Amino acid sequence: MIRTTPFHERTSALNETGLWQHWSGHVVVTRYQASDKFEYFAVRNSAGIFDTSPLYKYRIAGRDAERFLSGMLARDIRRCPPGNAQYTTWLDERGFVLEDGVIQHRAPDEFLLTAAEPNFAWFADRVGRLAVTIEEVSLDIGTLAVQGPRSRDLLRRLVPSVSELPFFGITTGTIGGRGVTVSRTGYTGDLGYEIWVDTPDATTAWDAVWDAADGYGVLPYGMGALYMLRIEAGLLLLGADFDSSRFAFNDAHRSTPLELGWAWMFKGLEDDDRPFIGRRALERERADKTSRWRMVGLVVDWEDYERAYSEAGLIPPKDHRPVHEDWMVYDADRSRVGYATSIMYSPVLQQHIALARVRPDLARPGSRVFLEFTVDHHYEQVAAHVARLPLYNPERKTA
Amino acid sequence: MDRYDAIVVGGGHNGLVNGAYLARAGLRTLVLERRHLVGGAAITEELHPSYWFTTFSYALSLLRPQIIQELELTKHGFLPLLMPARFAPGDDGEYLLFNRDRDETLREIARLSPHDADGYEQYGHDLDRVCQAIRPLLDTVPPDIFSDDPEEVVALAALGSRLRSLDKRTLHNAVRLLTGSAADFLDDYFDSTLLKGYLASSSIIGSKVGPRSQGSGLVLLFHSLGEHDGDYGTWAFHKGGNGGFTQVLARAAEAFGAEIRTESPVERVLTRDGEATGVALADGTEIGADVVVSALDPRRTFLELVDPREMPDDLVEDIRRLKFQGVSSKVNFALDGLPEHPVLGTRPDLYRGFMNIGPSIDYLEHAFDDAKYGRYSDHPYIDCAIQSTIDPDMAPPGKHVLSCFVQYTPYELRASGWDAEREPMADRVQATLERFFPGFGDLVLHREVQTPLDIERTIGLSEGSIFAGEFLAPQMFFFRPAPGWSQYRTPIAGYYQCGSGTHPGGCVMGAPGRLAARQILGDRSRARGE
Repeated sequence: MIRTTPFHERTSALNETGLWQHWSGHVVVTRYQASDKFEYFAVRNSAGIFDTSPLYKYRIAGRDAERFLSGMLARDIRRCPPGNAQYTTWLDERGFVLEDGVIQHRAPDEFLLTAAEPNFAWFADRVGRLAVTIEEVSLDIGTLAVQGPRSRDLLRRLVPSVSELPFFGITTGTIGGRGVTVSRTGYTGDLGYEIWVDTPDATTAWDAVWDAADGYGVLPYGMGALYMLRIEAGLLLLGADFDSSRFAFNDAHRSTPLELGWAWMFKGLEDDDRPFIGRRALERERADKTSRWRMVGLVVDWEDYERAYSEAGLIPPKDHRPVHEDWMVYDADRSRVGYATSIMYSPVLQQHIALARVRPDLARPGSRVFLEFTVDHHYEQVAAHVARLPLYNPERKTA
Repeated sequence: MDRYDAIVVGGGHNGLVNGAYLARAGLRTLVLERRHLVGGAAITEELHPSYWFTTFSYALSLLRPQIIQELELTKHGFLPLLMPARFAPGDDGEYLLFNRDRDETLREIARLSPHDADGYEQYGHDLDRVCQAIRPLLDTVPPDIFSDDPEEVVALAALGSRLRSLDKRTLHNAVRLLTGSAADFLDDYFDSTLLKGYLASSSIIGSKVGPRSQGSGLVLLFHSLGEHDGDYGTWAFHKGGNGGFTQVLARAAEAFGAEIRTESPVERVLTRDGEATGVALADGTEIGADVVVSALDPRRTFLELVDPREMPDDLVEDIRRLKFQGVSSKVNFALDGLPEHPVLGTRPDLYRGFMNIGPSIDYLEHAFDDAKYGRYSDHPYIDCAIQSTIDPDMAPPGKHVLSCFVQYTPYELRASGWDAEREPMADRVQATLERFFPGFGDLVLHREVQTPLDIERTIGLSEGSIFAGEFLAPQMFFFRPAPGWSQYRTPIAGYYQCGSGTHPGGCVMGAPGRLAARQILGDRSRARGE
C-alpha cells in the first residue's frame, strides 16, 4: 500500500489541487495550488518548503565506517569531516555510475547516506570484516527542505547556528522543542537547507517552521516546481538523466561520472590512494579519454526557436513544465552528436534550457548544436549552444 | 566641452533601452536624467518606511521579449514574477476568480454564465489570432506612407500583403477592434455583466474613452498585446517593482558602456545649420554629440527642447493638436493586512494578481460620464494589485502595499483643481474599496496620491498622459506622434525621438527605444556608405 510521509497531515491540509503523485512508495504533492510556477518563484524570490522525506536513508556507523565508505564511494569521503555533508556517487567495477546521493558525516563514526533507490544490499554485502553497521532509517526520519533567498533568515530564528553554516555544512538544534539536524543542502540550486527530524516529531517541527514563515511569502512547493528548480540548478535526476548501471541492459543506458559532468569530484585523485570500486576504470577513462559523452547545459537560440514556430503560424510555446524524455542533438552537418534528457523553459533565465549529453569535443561552452523539437507534427532542428552547468547559479547559493 | 557619440535625454525606460542599444553598438553614449533616479514613470520608492511603492506605473506590461534577450537583462537581475490570479469582485459579494488552471477558470466562468465558458475560450482564441497578426508591428518601424522612397514603398507593400494573408475573420476582428468599441466586441461573446466589466476594463486604461466609445476596442487590443513567458495578454510583476526593472535596464546599459547622469536636466538641444550638435543643461553646461535622442513626450521633444521655429509649421501644428488628456491617477496604500472579501474572506490567492474594480460595463461607462464633464468619477474604476503578495520584499512581514490605478480623473477639472481635489479624490477611491471590501479603511496605514497634475509635475508627462499621447487611431502607427514623423527622426538632422509618444506607444514595452536605436544605427551606417 502506498505510504504517506511524516508530514502528510500538514501537506494534505495545504494541498488545494487534489493532485498527488507517487515517489518512492510515498504519496507526495504534485502542486499545492493552481500554479506550480508560482511555487517555483517562491523558492527563487522568497522561500519554499518541500517534503523530501521519501528518500532512502541509511545510517552507516562503526569504527571502520569512514574506511568502508572511502572504498565504496567514488568521491573521497575523508575530505568530508564531521559536521559536513558531501554530494557523492558510487560506481561499479567498470566505472559506471550506480547512483548518486548526499552523505552527511554526523559524528566521527556515523554517516547518513541518502539515495533515490534501495541500495542497502549493495553496501551491506560489501562490509566484510569491517566494524561497520548499516541500518535502514528511511522511515524514521522526516526531511523538510527550506529553500530560497529568505531561508537563512527564516531558519536562524529557530536554529541560530544556521547563520554561520557553510554550503554543505550540517548542524544540530531544536525546532519546536524537538531535536533536529539541519544541513545546508537541497535540490534547487539556491540558498537552502534541509531539516532532518525524527518521524514522531515531524509535524511539530513543520508547525514551528510554518509559524516562523508566516508573513514572509513562503509557500510549500510540490514536485512540479522541484523539477523546474533542479534543471536550472544542473542537478541530475536518476531515471531521467541517467540510469543505474546495476539494472541496465546495455552500456547505452550506463554512464560514467565523467560523462555525467562530475569530473570535479575527482580533483586530486592522484594524491588519493584509496582503492575504491571503479577506480581503475575511472583512471583509464581519464587517461585514455574514452568518455563517450559529456553532460552539459544547452541554451536554445531564442530567435531560431521563434522562427520555427512563427513560420508554422503558431505562437511559440514557452512551457516551464519539464519534459523528461530523450531529445536528439545534432551538429551543423546534422549528424547526431548527443541527446538531451530534461528540457524546460526557464523563467529566471528566460530561455529554453536542457540537460544534455554531447560528444566531448562539443562540450566547450559556446559550441553550436541543434536540438530537435516537434513543430506542427514534424521535426525541426533549432539552434542551441552549449553552456556550463549549472545554468542558474546565484551567488547566495554558496555565500 | 564633453563630447559623446550619442546623448539620450530622459532616463525613463525607453531612454534606457535606447541608450543601452546605442552603447551596445559601440556608440559612446550618455543618458541624462533630470531627477535623482532613472526610470521615469517606472520607478519604485520607499515612500513610507519599509513600504516600497511603484509610484506611478504598476506592472511589467508589454515588454518586448527581444529586449530581454538582446540586452541580456537576466545577467543584470531581470526577474519577472508571475501573478497567478486575477480577481474581479462584483456587487453583493459576487465575484470572479481566475487562476492559472484553465479548466478551473472555465468552471468559474460557467458558474456565472454557462454560455460564457466556451465564449471565453472563443474570445481568447480570436483575440490571440488578432494579436498574432498585429504583434509584428510592435517590432517594426512604421513605413512612411508619405514618401516616394522605394524602400518605403516596398515596406508598405509588405504590410499590405501581410494584411491580405490574414483569414477573413481575423482581419475583420482586427478592424472591429481597431475602430469600434470594446462593449460591442464583448457583447458578441458574453452574457455575464461581471465578466464583461472585467474584460472591458482593459479598454479604457490610460485613455479618455469609455467602453462604449468607438476607439475603446483599440485600447483593449493594445493591452492584449503583452506577453509574459509566451502567454499572450498576461503581465508580470518585476522583482522590486517597475523600479527594480528600470534599475536592471540601467545596469545593462552601463554594462554596454553607456554613462548615466542623474540630476542633469536638459534645457535644450543645441543645433547648428539644421543639425543637432549636443545639449545644454539647465546649469549652462554644454555637452556635444553627433546624435541627440529625446525620450521625452512629443510636446517636449518638438516644442520645448528645440525652438518650434526650427520645425516645419505643419509639424508644430500637428504636435499642438496631439491629444494627451491624462485621466489616470495612482493611489498607493500601505496596508496592515489583506482586505477581507465578504464571501471569500482573506484568502491570499485572491490577491496574487490584478484585482479589478469595474463590475460592469455600465459601471465603467458611468465612471467615464463624469470625466466627459470635467469631474473625477464618483465611482471610479480601480485596477488594484497587492504587490507584496508577489514580492514579499515590498513590505514588512505580514503587511502589504496596494497599488491602485484609478480612472477617471481628468487632467482638467472643470470646477476645481487637483491641488484641492487630490485627497477628496483619494477618499472616493478608499470609499469604493470599502464598498467591495468592508473594513478596508481600518487597514490603511498610509496613502500616496498621484493625480495627472502630479504625474506631469514630477515626471514631466504632459497633462499626465501615461502613454505620452493618447491611444487614438489618428495618433497611432503612421501617425505617431505626427504624420510623416513616425520613424523616430525629426526635421533636425541627428535629433531623434524614442519615447512612448512614438510608435508603438506607451506601457512598459521598450519598443520605441529599441526601434529608434535601430533607426539611428541604420542612419549612421547609411551616412558612412555602409
